[in-house]
Amino acid sequence: MNFNMTDPDQITPSNESAHGGKAVIEIKDLYKSFGDNHVLNGFNMTLLEGENLVVMGKSGSGKSVMIKCLVGLEKPDSGTVKVLGKEINTLDQQTLDELRSDIGFLFQGSALYDSMTVRENLEFPMRRHKEKLGVVADTEPLVQEALENVGLAHTMDLMPVELSGGMKRRVALARTLILKPKVILYDEPTSGLDPITSKEIIELMRSIQKKYGTSSLIITHDVDCARVISERMILLVDGINYAEGTYSQLSQSTDSKVEAFFKK
Amino acid sequence: MDNTSTLFKGVKEFFVEIGDLSYFTARFFKEVLKPPFEFKELLRQCYQMGNRSLVLVTVTGFIIGLVLTLQSRPTLIQFGAVSWMPNMVGISIVREIGPVITALICAGRIASGIGAELGSMRVTEQIDAMEVSGTNPFKYLVITRIMATTLMLPILVIYGDLVALYGSALVENLKGDVSFQLYFNTVFDALSFADLVPATIKSVFFGFTIGLVGCYKGYYCKKGTAGVGVAANTAVVMASLLLFVVDFIAVFISDIFYEL
Repeated sequence: MNFNMTDPDQITPSNESAHGGKAVIEIKDLYKSFGDNHVLNGFNMTLLEGENLVVMGKSGSGKSVMIKCLVGLEKPDSGTVKVLGKEINTLDQQTLDELRSDIGFLFQGSALYDSMTVRENLEFPMRRHKEKLGVVADTEPLVQEALENVGLAHTMDLMPVELSGGMKRRVALARTLILKPKVILYDEPTSGLDPITSKEIIELMRSIQKKYGTSSLIITHDVDCARVISERMILLVDGINYAEGTYSQLSQSTDSKVEAFFKK
Repeated sequence: MDNTSTLFKGVKEFFVEIGDLSYFTARFFKEVLKPPFEFKELLRQCYQMGNRSLVLVTVTGFIIGLVLTLQSRPTLIQFGAVSWMPNMVGISIVREIGPVITALICAGRIASGIGAELGSMRVTEQIDAMEVSGTNPFKYLVITRIMATTLMLPILVIYGDLVALYGSALVENLKGDVSFQLYFNTVFDALSFADLVPATIKSVFFGFTIGLVGCYKGYYCKKGTAGVGVAANTAVVMASLLLFVVDFIAVFISDIFYEL
């Protein structure tokens, strides 16, 4: 078969690859459990610079836990998680916060702050990182630019409750972009959206990747999203990377567990 | 056997809860003096909590003063001690009824509000989003809210006391032909610093307790919308219970000082 199956040695992260970039995220032997529920059982992954990598898995397979380990929201039981060359679990709070400004995170439910306007939502991440952005007082141009990138410049003074699901996701994406991250982590970017809005979000993700050259890690169980956006895919089954390859490689697999992902 | 294990589980959960709350309190004291300070958010919370509780405190205080005077009047008349009404009402409201009733009203209004707000932020990953953006959500959300309740409750208590005394004075004015000036002069003559200071200090602890419990329940809210409801509900119950414990301790300590 032309894709890797279950053998961690075969997919051991390397610093250089066919993609031509260096590794921006490296996960090695990641274990995480909640009580008796063993969610991740030695997961391995590498995301290369400028790459769009999709991790697919069923609900409850540990995708969100894995992505949260990347930004220090969850602490792994064991294993190493390196983002932009830094081992997340050994960083002090200040260094972690600085590193987080280089990592964009689009949450599953958008996670816009309900009590703030769209403008305040976008200004909020800048509070701690004004030096990095070279902003002294006026944050308006950055907010304007970020909202224009997602086609929602007119929503600046609206409250999140006044936005549709798709608009919320786009505003959340604008908030993610405002710190000009090097890596963007998408947690189920199309979940809960209708097919047309999902397509718009996917297009937006592609255009952003093209414009800023960011590396993207997309967690999803949406096959269409994976097909359109992925350059490489990992299937997460039973807490391990069960299979790895391009969309066309994996979708032609005869392995029953892999096939299950692509059945309509 | 089942009853024993249920009891054991309940006791264990109780001690785990106490441990978690103690840890949360310790974290508050550890982080409260560390920069950066969120003054803008603190002011916003003070305004929200003070302003939004004002109507409730006004209505409750007024009715308490009114009812207390109306109910005590016949008995005091029976003993020929109706002239002691301002002293009795003044001392009971300032020392005990005012702080406790205002705190209970605020526990219902503020603790549940904080529990539900932080709970829904937790469930919808807004707290995680805050953390990922490099802002310490504990400082921004928890410390500002606990500080706001701690600062605002004594002010609300003093305001509630004054409204309650006004309610009482109104009854005395209508039923006993006592002027407002005479009523308030008698009240303030009867009160001493030994009445005011412990009551104010007690209100500070009441405010701290309300903020702490509301934040604790909301911050560690279980997943799902049901979790938000549980957080709001248990915040009120736990805060109300703890208020009485704090009240007992405060009265016990101030009693020692009185005796000295």
